[in-house]
This record gives sequence, structure tokens and C-alpha cells, in this order.
Amino acid sequence: MRVNLTRIIIFGFIFFCLSIFWLGLKKDQTYDTRNLIGNKINEFSIPSLDETNSFSEQYFLNNKFTIVNFFASWCAPCRDEHKYLVELSKNGAHIVGVSFKDKKSNTLDFLNQLGNPYKFIAADNDGKASISFGIYGIPESIIINRESVVVKKIIGPINQEIFKEILNIIK
Amino acid sequence: MKSKIIFFILAFFIFSSIHANENIKVNDIFKNLRCLVCQGQSIADSNSDFASTVKLVVEDQIKQGKSEKEIYSFLISKYGEWIVYKPSFDTKNFFLWILPYLVLVSGGIILYVLLRKKPKL
Amino acid sequence: MLSEFGQLSIFLVTIFSVLIIYKSFLSLKSNNQVIEPGIYQLSLWQVTVTILSFLVLIAAYLVSDFSLINVYENSHTAKPLFYKFAGSWGNHEGSLLLWINILVIFSYLFLIFNFKHKKNFRLLTLVIQNLIILGFTLFLIFNSNPFSKLEPAPLEGLGLNPILQDPALALHPPMLYVGFVGCSIYFSAAIASMLSNYRGKLFANSIKSWVLISWCFQTLGISLGSIWAYYELGWGGFWFWDPVENASLLPWFAITALMHSVIVLKKRENLYAWVIILCLITFILSVTGTFLVRSGILNSVHTFASDPARGIYILLFLSVMIFSSLIIFFRTFKKESYNFYFKSKETFILINNWFMAFFLVTVLVGTLYPIFLDVVTNEKISVGPPFYNIVIIPLAVPLLVLMVVGPQLSWINSKSLGVVKHKALIIIGALLINFIIYLIFGSSSFLSNLIFISALFLIIHSILEAYKIYQKKIKFEAPRVISHLGFGLLILFIGINHNFSNEQDFNLKVGEEKKFDEYNIIFRDLKLKQEKNYKAIIGDFEIKNFDKKINKILNPEIRIYSNPETLTYEAAIKTRIDSDLYLTMSNISRSDYYNIKFQHKPLMIWIWISVLMVVFGGFLQLVRNKNES
Repeated sequence: MRVNLTRIIIFGFIFFCLSIFWLGLKKDQTYDTRNLIGNKINEFSIPSLDETNSFSEQYFLNNKFTIVNFFASWCAPCRDEHKYLVELSKNGAHIVGVSFKDKKSNTLDFLNQLGNPYKFIAADNDGKASISFGIYGIPESIIINRESVVVKKIIGPINQEIFKEILNIIK
Repeated sequence: MKSKIIFFILAFFIFSSIHANENIKVNDIFKNLRCLVCQGQSIADSNSDFASTVKLVVEDQIKQGKSEKEIYSFLISKYGEWIVYKPSFDTKNFFLWILPYLVLVSGGIILYVLLRKKPKL
Repeated sequence: MLSEFGQLSIFLVTIFSVLIIYKSFLSLKSNNQVIEPGIYQLSLWQVTVTILSFLVLIAAYLVSDFSLINVYENSHTAKPLFYKFAGSWGNHEGSLLLWINILVIFSYLFLIFNFKHKKNFRLLTLVIQNLIILGFTLFLIFNSNPFSKLEPAPLEGLGLNPILQDPALALHPPMLYVGFVGCSIYFSAAIASMLSNYRGKLFANSIKSWVLISWCFQTLGISLGSIWAYYELGWGGFWFWDPVENASLLPWFAITALMHSVIVLKKRENLYAWVIILCLITFILSVTGTFLVRSGILNSVHTFASDPARGIYILLFLSVMIFSSLIIFFRTFKKESYNFYFKSKETFILINNWFMAFFLVTVLVGTLYPIFLDVVTNEKISVGPPFYNIVIIPLAVPLLVLMVVGPQLSWINSKSLGVVKHKALIIIGALLINFIIYLIFGSSSFLSNLIFISALFLIIHSILEAYKIYQKKIKFEAPRVISHLGFGLLILFIGINHNFSNEQDFNLKVGEEKKFDEYNIIFRDLKLKQEKNYKAIIGDFEIKNFDKKINKILNPEIRIYSNPETLTYEAAIKTRIDSDLYLTMSNISRSDYYNIKFQHKPLMIWIWISVLMVVFGGFLQLVRNKNES
């Protein structure tokens, strides 16, 4: 009987490993941070585009939800998603735009061309502030509530589906 | 004479190892961080935009006097555990850290049992 | 036409496999004492057709026949000829064909070289090997066919990844596959041995050279991969504990353990069950490695493009292999009696295996755990160099010491463990040289010092042994001494290199200068150059070192390839006998600044020399084995 137990354990272990491989095949390999929600964003300060003001966590107290959108004039997908941002702001969304590693003149041109949905525009010239938000590429948009807690992360450009999701959240 | 040799040996031994390098080299921290937008490269090896930004932030934090552990926790809170190459020492990684030593100990036990029997020759 | 030719040859390989299996079964049932010449003939035909199929693929690459999807996806008319040739195995389908070639070649060679051994054993090995060949060939035909046609044939190909256009990388897969796939033959032999009851010393003698061959090539293949990574990839390192690297290291630990245990089986007719287990595990690890690399289950810098169907097939094949070999093992298991004294060579070989098992499990768990955690908890973690360094390095210290003691002990029993001659002097010598290392390079951690001292213990002892061999001409110990010496040197040089490399990362504009430690780096100039299939931006850097009076010019490059559109960074490396200077330059988008990575790496070239020494010992033993028989 002892020998049989050993065999059962060995067979069982191997079956277990092979099943893990099998299940592992079905999993998506690309990592993203979209599930990293529920944490607080605090201790940051980004100067505004016109350098008169700054954007910090105090800002979130004023609105039920703030959408923080990281973008740049040199980023093609940012151009594509911009119309959704304009639409959202028309629907009452409160959006802060953070211009990421961009020239002020280029940012202003971009907004003149495609519209300005932002209640506040900040400029992250060296990109360091984006790290506080957990950004690793642009465009990324983060919905933050009054308590500075991250409610949703949108990695990549906003499309029709995501646009509807955001509308649902901020209502 | 023998005791002198032993003393000599020990002195050399202790002397050469006593100056263990305590300063954290910034580059070592970069090596322990994963570049999230690359295919299997560390922040130290990557040429990507993201990597250079992270390097700036880490350098800033070192200047602020933060410890290596604090820097890693900060980045983990923002990007998840995927960003550090050293897996954490907690319950979910229990088997990861324990299994090799389990095998070592079991192997040792097997060897011991094997050798304990008095060989008949 | 080449496509049809290729398809035909592959189809023939399948037919021959089936015929060989069928004929072997008939022969096994019959009362013939010898293997029928028909079987030899079929095997010869099989090997010819298999090699032919690979030559057809190579030909397709050389003439840039883009009617083959495989050539279209991986080649281009502007590729230099040598890399067109090497491109044939630098992709999934082509490398799979290479696998099959090695499976078939080894099958044939094992058959003809083992004529002294029992007929049933040889036939069963042939059968099992051909079942494996069949499995891979069917996989190739139906899922990963390099001869699939593209109609109409495009005029130009998609090109080969420029990073793969390097001589070391051209050689790395074939060498590594002889290692990986070479394990198949003693896997088959192990199963055959169990089924035909061909055990003990006889079995050991049949496989010992094959184990050695796969070990030598596996070691060589892994080294070439590291050499390529160092010279080509531009990060100055040579081992990253990347899952694909680990996949090649896992069989290595098993083969090393097996190589040592086979000696015990041969000399003392003991450890048969353990040798069988190792034979099975080694090839299972190889196929598992293939699964991990080609299925897309792991995230790595090395992975081939992935396709889920591939993963499913390989997993099924792996499962069949594991379960059937396990069932056969349990069915035919006969209890052995183990009579070991502690102070014996066989015990210390077991200790070697114990350590190899530890290293193997560490690397295995480290590589697989993220998959396991992801499946079970949906969390993604990274297991990288810190994990492996923390777990493995401390155990290297006792390993190095035991490598000295073990070979000095006699078989069966020895009087004492203190058989190591002059050990007091050697220890003092090791401490002395460790102190000299401290004087030259600087201080390091306690663990590093232990590594240096134990490595030096092995090195000095091996040198003394080598001298004794030279004096007394007892040559049979020479391969072991050379390999062990090489291993000790390898650990020492890696340790020094790891601890005392100077690495700096900074941004510079043209004309600027950077000063740090004793170095002065001047970014003198930037030139543009147009080559055959790429444009290069070449940096001109002057490196000055006031301490050691280095004054060198390094020219790192940024290369812009057009087919496919890729950017690569070519490191500028100046190799000297005492260290390497390593410089890479990369552009920072939307800026005039360039990111510069400078490294001063002591004793780099000695790392390669030591590992080649380890391999050389193995080849030397192989030659001795051949001369013996």
C-alpha cells in the first residue's frame, strides 16, 4: 500500500503541473495595470501649463470624479481619442489634462486644433510626475474620486465602448 | 606552530571580508526593476522612455534619502509586483522560496538514510 | 519546386519511421539473434531523406525562394549569404526541422555504434526513438511546416531580425540542439532498457558516450548563447535568468548529474533506477523547455512568435511521454540494495547529484512559479536575478569544496576524508590569493569572499593534480581535472566580474564630457554611415583613465535596418586581457542628448576561456572513451 501511495502522489503531482500548463496557455500574457485600482494618489504636485498654478491632490476634493488624462501632441493615439474627451467634457465630466514631455507651444496648437476638454492643464515636462500616477505609456486616463482613490484606469486610447463606461461611472 | 597558522588564516580571512560594501549602487536598483514596456529587460538595460523616467524618479528618491526598500515599495504600489525582480517574502510566494530548500533537506534525509545502513562487505 | 521536394522528403521521413517501427516489432518477435540488414537500410534511408529535407530548406533560403512561407517570413534578398544560410534554423519551423534531423541522426548512429549490445535493447531503443520522431514530424507537417507554399510567391521577403545576424547566434541553436535533442536517445534507451531488462554495467556502457556528447554540446550551446548576448544585445551581461535561458539550463543540471551517476553504474553496478530516472527526466525537461519557449506561455526577450495550437500539441506530447515512461518505470521497477560507505567516491557522486537536484529545482520553481500564481490567483509577479542569486550562490561554496574531496576518495571505501593532500597549504594559498584580489580590486561581501576562497581551493588543488598527472603520466584523470579546474576558474572569474564591474549610466550631448571615479569620457563626434542593409549612427568616444593609463576610442552604433524596420544598438567593446571596456549609446526621443552606458568589466574574456576549458575536458573524455573501445 505504501508504494501505491507514493505512485499516487507522483502521478497526482505531475497531473497538477500539466494542468497548470494547460490553463496557463489560455492566459493573456501582456501585463497591464488596469486592475491596480482602489489605491490613493497623493503627494504629487505638477505645475500648470502656464506655470502660474499647480495640480495636487487638493484638486480632487472639489469634484465627485476627476478624470486625469495624460497626453502629448506627438502621440498619435492621443489625437484619436481626443474627440471622446471633448464629448465627455460636454457631458459634464471634469477632466484634467497632463501634457507629457511636450513643448508648451505644441500642446497649445494641439488643443487649438482638436478642442480643449480640460478644466485644468498641467505640464509634466520630465515625465516624473506620471510615475506617481502609475503611468507607463500614453495615452492613459485615470478616474479619481473625491477621496483621491483611483476608481478606474484606462490604458491606451479611449474608444466608443470605454467612452460609454466612463459616462456610466461619472453619472 | 599550528595555532599560529590558524591565527594567520583567520586574520587574513576576517580582514579581507570586513569591508563589505554597504553603499547601494544606483545601478543595482535599476537592475532589480523591470521595464514594463519592454520584452524582458530591466530598467538598467532598457533604452525606452519609460526606463529613463523611472531612472530619474529613483535618483530623486535616493537624493531624498529613501532606502532601497522604500523605493521598491513605492514602485510596487504604483505598478504592482511585476515591476520588481525580487519576489516578495510572503504567504503567496511561500512555495517559491520554500521548495528548493525542501528539496535540499529531503535530499539530505534520503542520503542520510541510505548511508546509515551498515554496508555488508 | 523546392516546396514540393521538401514536403515529399518530410513525408518520406514519416513513412520510414512507421516502417522502422513495424519492422523492429517483427524482428523483436522473431528468434533472430541479429538485427536484419533491412532495418539498417531503412534507418540509412531515413537519415538520408531527413538531411536532404534540411538541405532543401537551406537551398530555398540561399536562392531566396519566397514561395515558401517560411523563407518569406524570415529572409530577404539583401541578407548576407551566411545569414541567409543561418536563417534557416533561426525560426520556429526551421529549428523544428533541425530537431528532427538530430533525432534521426542520433537514432541511426546509436543503432550502428552499439552493435556490441543486446539486440532487443537496440531495437526497442530504435522503436521508442522513432515514436518520438513520428511525434515531432507529424507536428511539423500539420502545424509548423517550413515547406508550406505561398501562392503567388512574393518578390521580396520580410527579412530576418538583425539581432539574429551574428556568427555566435548562427552556431548557438545547432550546438544547443545537439545537447537538447541528444538527450532523446538515452531517454529511448532507458525505456528500452527497462522493457528488455538490459540493466547495470551493460546499459551504462551503451549510453555513457551519448550522455557525454549531449553534455558537451549543451554546455557549449549555452556558452555560445551567453557570448552572443554579451557581444550583441548591448547590456553587457551574459546571463539574465530569463525563462528561455533557464529552459536550457534545466537539462544541463540533469545531464551533469547523469554524467556522474553513469560512472557509478558502470563501476559499481549500482544506482540503476536513479540513472534511469535521470535519463527520463533530462529529455522530459528538454521537451518542457521547448514547450515553455514555443507556446507563448512565458514572457521573454527570446520567445519565438507564439501560436496556442503549438502549445497544446507539445503539451499533449509531453504528457504522453511523461505518463508512459512513468508507468513503464513502475511496472518494471526492481528493488536495488544500496550499500554505501560515507567516505566513498560513489557517495560523493550522490552528493553531487543532490546539489544538482537543488539547483535544478530552484531554477524550475523560479521559472514556473509565475505561471502557477497567475493561473491560481490571477496575480503577476516577476522572478528574476535576485531570487536565483540569493538561493543558488551560497550553495556554490560547499559544492566547490566537495568537488575537491570527492574525486580523491576511492571507490567503496576510503580511510579518511582527509585524503586531500597538502590541504593546509592549499587553504593558505587560497586565502592569500583572495587577499591579493582584495588588494587589486577592492572589498566585497562576506559571501563573495567565501566564493573566491572555495573556488581558489578547487583551482589550486586542480593545478597541483594537473602537475602530478603531467609528471606521472596517469592520463585517465586528465579530463576530470581539466573540467573541474575550468569550473573553479569560471566561478572565480564570474565572481570577480560581478563584484568589481564599474557601470555608469548618464546622458551626454555631442562635445560634452563626463567625469566619474578615475574615468573621463569625451563624446567627440557623431558620424553617419550607409551599409548594405542598414544606416548607422556612429558615436566617437574617447575613454581616458588616469589610474591605469587607459586611452581608448570606442565607437558604439545605432543601426537603423529597413527590412524589417528595426533599431538596434551595437555596443562598442574593447577586449583586453585584464578587462573589457563596454560602451552603448542610444538616442533619447525629442532630445539632443544620448543615453550612454559605460562599463568596465574585469576578466571578461577569462570567463569564456574557463567555460571552454570545462567543455574541452568533456571532449577529451569522449576521445578516451572511443580509444578504450
